[in-house]
Amino acid sequence: MTSESKTTDPRFSRVAMREQPAQRRITNFDEVPFGYSPEEAATEAKRCIQCKKPLCVTGCPVSVKIPEFIKLITEGEFSAAARRIKETNALPAICGRVCPQETQCEEKCILGKKGAAIQVGHLERFCSDWEREHGPIILPKLKPKNNKKVGVVGSGPAGLTTAGELIKEGFDVTIFEALHEAGGVLVYGIPEFRLPKDIVKKEIDYLLKLGVVLEKNFIVGKTATIDELMQEEGFDAIFIGSGAGLPSFMNIPGENGIGVYSANEYLTRSNLMKAFKSDADTPLLKGKRVVTVGGGNVAMDAARTAIRLGAEKSMIVYRRTEAEMPARIAEIHHAKQEGIEFHLLCNPNAILSDETGFVRAIRCIRMELGAPDDSGRRRPVPVKDSDFEIECDVVIIAIGNNPNPLIGQTTPDIAVSKWGTIVAGEHDGRTSKKFVYAGGDIVTGAATVILAMGAGKIAARSIMEDLS
Amino acid sequence: MNTILTKEKLSETVWRYRLHSPRIAKKRLAGQFVIIRPTSESERIPLTIANADAALGWIEIIFQVVGKSTMLLADLNVGEKVSDLAGPLGKPTHIENFGRCVCIGGGVGIAPLFPIICALYKAGNDVTAILGARNSGLLMLEDEIKLSANRIFIATDDGSKGTKGFVSDVFKNCMAHGDRFDLAVVIGPAIMMKVTTEATLDAGIKTLVSLNPIMIDGTGMCGGCRVSVGGETKFACVDGPEFDAAKIDWDEMLTRLGSYKSFEAYAREQHACKMGVAP
Repeated sequence: MTSESKTTDPRFSRVAMREQPAQRRITNFDEVPFGYSPEEAATEAKRCIQCKKPLCVTGCPVSVKIPEFIKLITEGEFSAAARRIKETNALPAICGRVCPQETQCEEKCILGKKGAAIQVGHLERFCSDWEREHGPIILPKLKPKNNKKVGVVGSGPAGLTTAGELIKEGFDVTIFEALHEAGGVLVYGIPEFRLPKDIVKKEIDYLLKLGVVLEKNFIVGKTATIDELMQEEGFDAIFIGSGAGLPSFMNIPGENGIGVYSANEYLTRSNLMKAFKSDADTPLLKGKRVVTVGGGNVAMDAARTAIRLGAEKSMIVYRRTEAEMPARIAEIHHAKQEGIEFHLLCNPNAILSDETGFVRAIRCIRMELGAPDDSGRRRPVPVKDSDFEIECDVVIIAIGNNPNPLIGQTTPDIAVSKWGTIVAGEHDGRTSKKFVYAGGDIVTGAATVILAMGAGKIAARSIMEDLS
Repeated sequence: MNTILTKEKLSETVWRYRLHSPRIAKKRLAGQFVIIRPTSESERIPLTIANADAALGWIEIIFQVVGKSTMLLADLNVGEKVSDLAGPLGKPTHIENFGRCVCIGGGVGIAPLFPIICALYKAGNDVTAILGARNSGLLMLEDEIKLSANRIFIATDDGSKGTKGFVSDVFKNCMAHGDRFDLAVVIGPAIMMKVTTEATLDAGIKTLVSLNPIMIDGTGMCGGCRVSVGGETKFACVDGPEFDAAKIDWDEMLTRLGSYKSFEAYAREQHACKMGVAP
């Protein structure tokens, strides 16, 4: 057990999670942190002072009963702790791993004022892993069937949450997934070393056990439209959680060269199509020198995947500084440990290919921070005549995604914003079309797993209200 | 669902499968495609829907064995299922009565051309079909297309059937004899489309092509199928697969198609070795 904090008072020092050493983990796709032992979890949990007015809960988009589940851990009731989380969060093993706790629950923790905040995410992960591995997995009591049928578009975090909420309330729920595997971004986007696919699969199996029906290879808008589902197939309501599926490119010269990928394509080839395994049928140009453009979690995932696939050098190019990077702190930290090189304050302006069309370098210009922009972050401005080239054979563009337009195009009476996102009430998830709801990245633009889950819950509540 | 109902060999390396898929059969329009995974470990293969019957609930695909994944698909038999089948994807062909249409197909590109010929003919167009292949053994769908075209011309590289030469030569010959067309649709290997559309565009004919770039999901998610059209990046899966031939950057398209050549050759050899056949 290790502690890390300047103060010697154990109440203010967190229990760090053991993890694979960087030099070893860059050679495999196994998960990086090992998870807490029961003793470590208990030690960390006992630091919680059980605030009467817990601020941590206010920082959580789905209001997990944080002090209550932590107390159950101190009592050794690990599976009960997991069930307590599941009362408000259907996917704790996933959230414990991918939530940005440092800007949510943990940021509000009162202990953080004097030392280290409680590691809520680590504890959430611990007890949900414990329940999955040791049981007993107790299925919640379902309300009697109410003969109302709800269709859920997309099996990512928003859709899974909505489905989980509604099935418990007696609705018939069918999830429509466009790909051949369920899980959405949890499966095609987030790599194995950060979120083992086995965990996602078990969470989905749990929903199927509760009676949720899953239709894979079903592209709503193409295989059937929302109107067809409602008018011809008897769906009383539809929830759209189709995500931010369309990758953005930079629109710079050379972007269509061989070896230039969107992060979606690179990660989908590696994660969903298993190109990280040597016997996979789907190929991936692995690259000796890989440049990933962007500063979010997806960029970190891509850069860290590249090094595991054997890149001699994996580099991040980002136009602002580390302070403005939207990635979770843990991801930046892990990336640095793994030897990912950060090229900050530089912005690509061309990708250069050799005569056969394969990428040979990326040309960037140096940037400096100017006045703050709309996002409150200081706007990067180019430094004149500062162009330089970084030699590379693979470039991954991880600058964000746009909403998938398929539903908007095929359901004209659903209002869509000028950015292509579906317009839905922040507090009710209702769209402009009656009995159609939306939430997650398709509404907000690319955001986080937990925000999508929060939106899924909100929409589920509206569906219950409107169909009762 | 996904069961192979019939399996027919159209030439040495080309197969036609009829698959049970009532939903796709009901929704599909000419010009659209499906994604198929033969087995649960396979790549996602985009294939045009060559024909369909909504009432009977089937679609037909025509594919050429070119690599490991299409070999696996060809290994399946009637009564077996493909692991995954999703669609219909892509924008359908815009069909109206244009007047006189010339539909030019090369090799396995005749398969995606076939439903477009049928739809144009049904909409009252006068349809001229020009079909080409390396030799008569590789020529497909001639009899079916005859039923939906006002006239049909054949070209083979070796002269084993029809005119010896390329479809572009036949087209130029038509023009030399005073033919005129309001629309051209050209589908085939990328290099054939590049050459042939040069000829149709030179003749001042509005020309559509259907592109077959590398693709994974087919729903706009990966961007692997991007092509430059009129200087803008478009995704063939959601913005296409049909585009105005005059605006395509063919050289870029041809380069991108070669992205995985070394992988493809290796996979083909490995699979062929396992199957005990020469690659």
